[in-house]
Amino acid sequence: MTVTSGTVTSRKVQGWLYAAPTAVIVGVLFLAPLVLVGWMSLNRWPLLGPAVFNAPENYLDIAGNTLFVDAVFFTLKYTAITTVLLSLVALGLALLVQERRPGVGFFRTAFFLPGAVGFAAAGLLFYGMLNNDFGPIDPLLQTLGITDEPVRWIGTPNLALFSTITLVLWRFAGFNMLILLTGLQAIPTEVYEAARSDGANRWQILTRITLPLLRPTLALMLILSVTGSLLAFDQFFVFTNGGPDNSTVSMVMVIYREAFFRFDLGGAAALSVVLLVVLVAINALMLRRLR
Amino acid sequence: MSRYLTLSALAVLFLFPLAWSGYASLEEPSNYLQMARFGEGLGTYAGNSVLVSAMTVAGTLVVSALGGYAFARFDFPGKNLLFLATLAILMVPYATILIPLYVLLGYLGLQNSLVGLALVFVMFQLPFGLFMMRNAFEALPRELEEAALVDGCGTFRAFSRILLHAVRPALITVGLFAFLASWNDFFAPLILLNDGASFTLPVAVFSMTSQTMGAIDYGMLQAGVMVMAVPCLILFIVLQRHYVRGFMSGALRG
Repeated sequence: MTVTSGTVTSRKVQGWLYAAPTAVIVGVLFLAPLVLVGWMSLNRWPLLGPAVFNAPENYLDIAGNTLFVDAVFFTLKYTAITTVLLSLVALGLALLVQERRPGVGFFRTAFFLPGAVGFAAAGLLFYGMLNNDFGPIDPLLQTLGITDEPVRWIGTPNLALFSTITLVLWRFAGFNMLILLTGLQAIPTEVYEAARSDGANRWQILTRITLPLLRPTLALMLILSVTGSLLAFDQFFVFTNGGPDNSTVSMVMVIYREAFFRFDLGGAAALSVVLLVVLVAINALMLRRLR
Repeated sequence: MSRYLTLSALAVLFLFPLAWSGYASLEEPSNYLQMARFGEGLGTYAGNSVLVSAMTVAGTLVVSALGGYAFARFDFPGKNLLFLATLAILMVPYATILIPLYVLLGYLGLQNSLVGLALVFVMFQLPFGLFMMRNAFEALPRELEEAALVDGCGTFRAFSRILLHAVRPALITVGLFAFLASWNDFFAPLILLNDGASFTLPVAVFSMTSQTMGAIDYGMLQAGVMVMAVPCLILFIVLQRHYVRGFMSGALRG
């Protein structure tokens, strides 16, 4: 089929027309807000009332915002613990359901099913399940003789963190298992057979063959887990509400409080810009190290 | 055998919270009656959620099908730039974009609006949707489109009459992801909606925990959790194949 210049032009126009809705959505609802958040961060921008240019005050205020500085350290700690535990649990689950055996499909679904529940709903579920008067966990532990008295699951800083991480593991382990399964299934079975005939044991196969070949998939899982944890909001807002004594306040929670409790959108915008820069830097660093 | 014991023990751990929540909500059937009367009433909240999810799914499907076709079959100036800009949505923290969107939607007269919320969800779904649909259209044989064009169809008729049917599995995957995301999302409605009558289910059920008068009704709360969770669980079990496929293509290529 010969193509004249006229049809090339018309195909260009047509291509643009089909892509136009995408361009409008991306332009108006993504690029414009991105520019706006930068501009807002340079202004005293109250929730109500006019904005006044005050750069770089919002950025200078960040260092004195002790709630945010504490939240940075807390979020990093939470991210480190969650990522390590989530990776180990997901890897364990993936290895257990890797091979096609009778019943494996049921177990895969069982492990993933919590992932279909919304995160906020999952948080509210745990909020009730771990409640001392209403939930079943305390009576169960006491009947089994593991504890003598009700455990204050979200009553102390360490327990609140522990309970939140349990919630996150329950909700996301299956999701990460699914990511790892896609990687595991891409490893040809011949590789395992060759290793076995060379006399390699299970541990050697895991550390010398499976994990190295799984590296790109592990990298993807790590990046998703680190990103998701650094941006944690729902789990703390819904489940611990930042408590006790602001011990579980994440960075995004501070942004939310800055904007909607302290009515300072300019300050919230400056924090958001810092968060964006940090996140892009961490992702770039991880991509470079892991690829 | 020990592997099956381990698997079964783990399955009990993973399924127990869901089973307990279902049981706790049904222990007193009045939990559901209480919940139905909570605040503006369950009908309002569920109606809002259904409306937002329907608009999000429809919007995501239309925009990403048209866009996917453009990226798979046409060359136009700015094509790569637009694709990169769309994928960049994944790199930007939710909060970073929602704070200015709160202001921007106000300028557009879409403050506290379910339409505005759905548009925001469409934007967040676009990287995945566009990526899936582009790959789906690229995988179709070119002859399918050319035959239609030779028969005198315009590209739009070829697209709407023939190609769309051929990419139906990808559309189901994109629609499923869009539904789960918009039905379950908590942060965007929390920021963008500020009037109880326009709340979606996650925000409304959350507000059951912050009642100023009286104690928290935990049974009613679990009934709310079930109303949110059960549609997703059913949809996931029915469409599991489509979910996993979308996942694989996203995970492997992404």
